[in-house]
Amino acid sequence: MLSFMTFFPLAGAVAVALLPRAREAWARWLALAVSLVVLACALALFAAYDRDGAQFQFVDAHTWISSEVAPFTVRYLLGVDGLSLPLVVLTAFLATVAVLVSWNIELRPREYFAWLLVLETSLLGVFSSLDLVLFFLFFELELLPMYFLISIWGTGRRVYSAWKYVLFTFFGSAFMLVGILALGFAAGTFDMRELQEMGPLREAVVPAAVIFAFLMVAFGIKLPVVPLHTWLPDAHTDAPTAVSVILAGVLLKMGGYGILRLCFSILPDVARDASLFLAAFAALSILYGALVTLMQQDLKRLIAYSSVSHMGYVLLGASALGTVGLTGAAMQMFTHGLITGLLFVMVGLVYDRTHTRAIPELSGLAHRMPYVATVMAIAGLASLGLPSLAGFVSEMTVFLGTFPQHQLLTVLGVMGVLLAAGYILWMVQRVFWGEPSPRWQGIGDAVAWWERVPTLALVAVILLVGIYPAVVMDLFERGVLPIASRLG
Amino acid sequence: MENVNLIGPQLLLMAVGGLLLICDAFAGLLGARRWMAWYVVGTPGLALLGGLGSLLWAVAHAATDTRGSAFFDTYVLDDFSLFFAVLFAGVVIAVVLFSVDYLRGNRHQAEYYALVLASAAGLMFLAGARDLIAIFVALELTSICQFILAGFLKDDRSSEAGIKYLLLGAVAAALTLYGMALLFGLSGSTSLEGIARAAAEADDQRLGFVLASVLLAAGLGFKMAIVPFQMWVPDVYQGAPTPVTGYLSVGSKAAGFAVAARVFVEGLGQGAIAPDWATMFAVLSVLSMTLGNVVALVQNDIKRLLGYSSIAQAGYFLIGLAAVAAGEPQVELGLGGLLFFAASYAFTNLGAFACVIAISQRIRSDSIADYTGMARRSPLLALALTLCLVSLTGIPPTAGFVAKLYIFNAAVQADLVWLAIAGVINSVISAYYYLRIVLNMYVGEPVSPEPVRPTPLLAVATAAAVAGLLVLGVFPFPVIDAAEAAARAFS
Repeated sequence: MLSFMTFFPLAGAVAVALLPRAREAWARWLALAVSLVVLACALALFAAYDRDGAQFQFVDAHTWISSEVAPFTVRYLLGVDGLSLPLVVLTAFLATVAVLVSWNIELRPREYFAWLLVLETSLLGVFSSLDLVLFFLFFELELLPMYFLISIWGTGRRVYSAWKYVLFTFFGSAFMLVGILALGFAAGTFDMRELQEMGPLREAVVPAAVIFAFLMVAFGIKLPVVPLHTWLPDAHTDAPTAVSVILAGVLLKMGGYGILRLCFSILPDVARDASLFLAAFAALSILYGALVTLMQQDLKRLIAYSSVSHMGYVLLGASALGTVGLTGAAMQMFTHGLITGLLFVMVGLVYDRTHTRAIPELSGLAHRMPYVATVMAIAGLASLGLPSLAGFVSEMTVFLGTFPQHQLLTVLGVMGVLLAAGYILWMVQRVFWGEPSPRWQGIGDAVAWWERVPTLALVAVILLVGIYPAVVMDLFERGVLPIASRLG
Repeated sequence: MENVNLIGPQLLLMAVGGLLLICDAFAGLLGARRWMAWYVVGTPGLALLGGLGSLLWAVAHAATDTRGSAFFDTYVLDDFSLFFAVLFAGVVIAVVLFSVDYLRGNRHQAEYYALVLASAAGLMFLAGARDLIAIFVALELTSICQFILAGFLKDDRSSEAGIKYLLLGAVAAALTLYGMALLFGLSGSTSLEGIARAAAEADDQRLGFVLASVLLAAGLGFKMAIVPFQMWVPDVYQGAPTPVTGYLSVGSKAAGFAVAARVFVEGLGQGAIAPDWATMFAVLSVLSMTLGNVVALVQNDIKRLLGYSSIAQAGYFLIGLAAVAAGEPQVELGLGGLLFFAASYAFTNLGAFACVIAISQRIRSDSIADYTGMARRSPLLALALTLCLVSLTGIPPTAGFVAKLYIFNAAVQADLVWLAIAGVINSVISAYYYLRIVLNMYVGEPVSPEPVRPTPLLAVATAAAVAGLLVLGVFPFPVIDAAEAAARAFS
């Protein structure tokens, strides 16, 4: 089931790419059908996951590379636990949203939707692979569609941004590959489950602290952690809307997921020593990200920098090492994916109509597009952590978990929320309220079904998680318990 | 008769080569129409049959467990030489497929194919020779054929390539011979067994053995195309007919490693000097990888780029060789890695050359800039070349990834962690220039809208190579097992 779900988008991508030229218009329908099937599978898994059963479920295992002489095996190994399952669901959901918001793509649509589906496969694979080599494979596979999606369908300096993204990620991957190989060769297995159970590694091909640092570099680039974040504003800004949604919504989570799954689960001793260090970087990311966000004049850039700040909470929660902090970190990944995804969709809708993202040029849009303004306001409020919306739950949990450990740094982190209130409200005020500018006289609201459906669905989920967080929080808690017990 | 069976695959190649030459001499008597048929179908067809027959014979050996040594123990058919016999037979088939269209209209085709077959027989002899004299003869058999092949086009570039290859090859042969002479003087024997016995107990003659291994490494390093014996590579690769370039970069290189493994592991693997040459190969490995990759970054000609890339790839081969005797020696793991790498590299690089031949023939250019937008002119060729380049980079799910994983593991187990790390860093550097070609093909407007189609034979060769590198990447057990069995021949 899990394998089917992971590779179905890839098969779909091939089908989309092979559509005859005359049937180009079918590409989006086919892509939508594929992503809906995957979403249905993900929800089915979500419902079928036995919350009192084994940690990893729906496991598919086959030996892939092994040697009689060499003490190592690589497996094709998929499976999900409480930590990865909600992220899988999030991926399937946002991929569907991404297909819908790309509905009016005119340029080479077959290729576009094919790459989007390849991207979905790689993301699902990252979250569900339990073998380090397989994990690395999917982690790398994502680069290819991202490069093409940004460099062909992007805006602005798209080729530059795409290259920057690829080079940054590749740089990190090199470190990750060394780390993964060192882990695997020292332990004789690449199976994450076995690696978790194992005590301290055979001393040592490479010291554990070095492996930890290497992996942190790779995931720190993805998350991103200041000062490794500079690729993010460029890539976000120049990517097409749907790709920004996926990038902010799911791709960044690969970093947070990797930190929890690899760094913390497999090398808990080092994680314990590095806790303060990580918290310091987290606080730096939160504050620096928030301050830079305040200065932004480009809507997309603004949301991109706010992501840097918000992903800082993930690292902050993780650095607390306890169940509460880790659950908060995982929740923050989930809610940030929903909220920022929605923000990018809304910015995309604005841009489609006004063809500009410069905040000073936009004014009083609420008069012209009340629906967009309302949803944007909801998303903004969720982003700044208004109670009863999703963002509040996760940020609160992060702070609760972290405060006992790093008091001063947590207080600094809370400052980030204040700044968030500042930049979000200020942005909404400047763009949607204020004097209606005559320049935007003729533009209309978002009325098409493919604009309304995904935005309403996102708002509904944000509300659901905000009011009844236990839907996913229970699962996350179960997922992080084994990690926390190893760290404790 | 027993001896003849053991060298059957080689004999068949030589015989077909001779037959080609004889038939060609009399083909003129046939009349114009039949003469044309001979050229268009007969020559390549016969050469192809020779390659196929040789492959089948080698596979039959493998299936029937025919093993043994021949000619007073100067040649041995063990799992190791058999692995390479199968590999080289496959390479010959690929090279013939590449050449058919490339040589269309050339009046000297029969000589060309005869030379390819004869040199391939030499490669097979190299992998199984256990005596210094036999090694040298086999080395010359392949080299002389290849010198002629490199200069076969007789234009400026090709002639320059031929002469350059010949001169540097002669120097290398002299170095090899000098090293062999030293070994003979030190051990009183030309057989690797005798040398091994002498080397195992010759602590007081260590310096002599080290000198001999340096000279041998220099001479064989020329075949392997490793730094610092790589100067000929870019010019010869660029100037030689492209099918020959593919042949040199795969067959010749793999044979260099086969004979180096045989001489160093079987002859000099015991005793105090083993760690010395292992260290030497480890250092040469880093140099090859780094120099090959860094210089490849700035190449604009695809054949030159593949030339530098093959120098870098030779560095990865060397990791396996170094792991055989360094730190905690890993004979089976290191050699197994080397052999699997050779198989993976053969599929990958031959596939890459097949694509390059197919594309260059149509667009009449080797410049990477002219590959822009190739994905729209020929989606399948672009995809095939992409897969080959991905495999050269070492990204799954291709053979190159499994091969690198395996060989890095060998290095780590042999306590050569620094070497494995150098290898990983180099893979990342190499990704830049390999993937630059890929991106070039997919992004950007094509130079001209005219579609590019490979000829049927090239399409078959490309498809086979790509299928091979995918199968090795996804389902590598059979070949890993074969490589490990071959590696056990020395233990």
